[in-house]
Amino acid sequence: MTGAMRADEDGGRAGRFRALALPHLDDVYTLARYLLGSAADADDAVQECYLRAYRHFDTYRGPQIKPWLFAILRNVCHSARARAASAPQPAGSMAEDIDEAAVPVWNETPETPESAIVRRHDADTIRNLVAGLPSPFREVIVLREIDDLSYREIADVVGVPVGTVMSRLARARAMLRTAWLAADGKEPQ
Amino acid sequence: MTCDEVEVLLHALLDGELDAGHAREVEAHIAGCPGCARQLAAYRDMRAAMAGADLHYQAPAQLRRRIEQALPARAVISTPSRRSLLRGFAFGSVLSGALAAGLVMVVLRDDRDQRIVGDVVSAHVRSLQAEHLTDVQSTSQHTVKPWFNGRIDVAPPVVELTTQGFTLIGGRLDVLDGKAVGALVYKRRGHVINLFVLQASGADRFAPKAEMAQGFNLRRWSSGGLEFWAVSDINGEELQEFETKFADAARAGV
Repeated sequence: MTGAMRADEDGGRAGRFRALALPHLDDVYTLARYLLGSAADADDAVQECYLRAYRHFDTYRGPQIKPWLFAILRNVCHSARARAASAPQPAGSMAEDIDEAAVPVWNETPETPESAIVRRHDADTIRNLVAGLPSPFREVIVLREIDDLSYREIADVVGVPVGTVMSRLARARAMLRTAWLAADGKEPQ
Repeated sequence: MTCDEVEVLLHALLDGELDAGHAREVEAHIAGCPGCARQLAAYRDMRAAMAGADLHYQAPAQLRRRIEQALPARAVISTPSRRSLLRGFAFGSVLSGALAAGLVMVVLRDDRDQRIVGDVVSAHVRSLQAEHLTDVQSTSQHTVKPWFNGRIDVAPPVVELTTQGFTLIGGRLDVLDGKAVGALVYKRRGHVINLFVLQASGADRFAPKAEMAQGFNLRRWSSGGLEFWAVSDINGEELQEFETKFADAARAGV
């Protein structure tokens, strides 16, 4: 193989990466904002994610590139968090080690009367409600409700069994609903 | 089914992730349980409220520019080698392995077909790009067919269709849904058709099905306990013609 041919193929590789990965930039950025909170941190994480993704483009085998990018972003966010761990941080905000088995799902909303329909809110209010969830629950809510990933894709991104995705999502929605009703001034009774 | 189970499963129902049997069970429970019915209505309402608001963020233009500039116009990293592709397969199977631990997943809808559609398209694209179209290159079925012997569990039927407008180019090994499968390569006026042959998932024959994915035409049919997936950029009618001619010739045992 001649050097010129190799260069053309490499150019093609970058071109393929651009065509496949760049259309998902907004989605990746959205996940970064929900995982990290601050716009500046999200910027850094997304840039790092795309560079890592390009370096490891050979390991991408489809079918969907979005969950693959999300999995990389998630790793980047973990590294960023580990680096920041020495700095003081709001307690519990990023806690990954919540004992999910300790609190059953049905504790959060024991009975939901029909009257307790959630009020419609603007996007900012809902974003804040989502941002208030503990990290593992916030993550599945964002991947499911905002990114429209299937349970299997979420399982691949998060690295847990599909069953865990389902139970975690059930708890996440229960928590979100409680927070939502509280914001509405209603008790979930 | 108990309320506690339904409390979790109603989310899978809402998300369209339950298989038909369990969906019916959950719906039957909900029909007779006002408490669970209220829960379902409440969560459906919350989902609608979320879907009605745009919760996405938009990446800053600056960030987009920075990333585009950081990507090389001409990279220095080598093209995907055979080995790096295999590394990719390994990555995939590690992910799938994590799923095996889920007990609840047995009630979830099987999205195997969806996965295979994605895999078929990826494999097709890869075969065109990585200059790895064939492992065995021959227009003779008597060369291509024996090549598969011992390399995979399911040896595909190989037929020559040159006189009928589809030229056999060769065959190769590929991976669909985590399994090694045989791929036959045909050409129609310069357009490549990849035909993947795998063990049928169920005992049943199913009607041929046409699909489109990422701009490619796919056609799937079953015969003799095997499942065939053809993918190409030729149009749907031509791909259907390919299916008919291949299936007829394979049946005749030419």
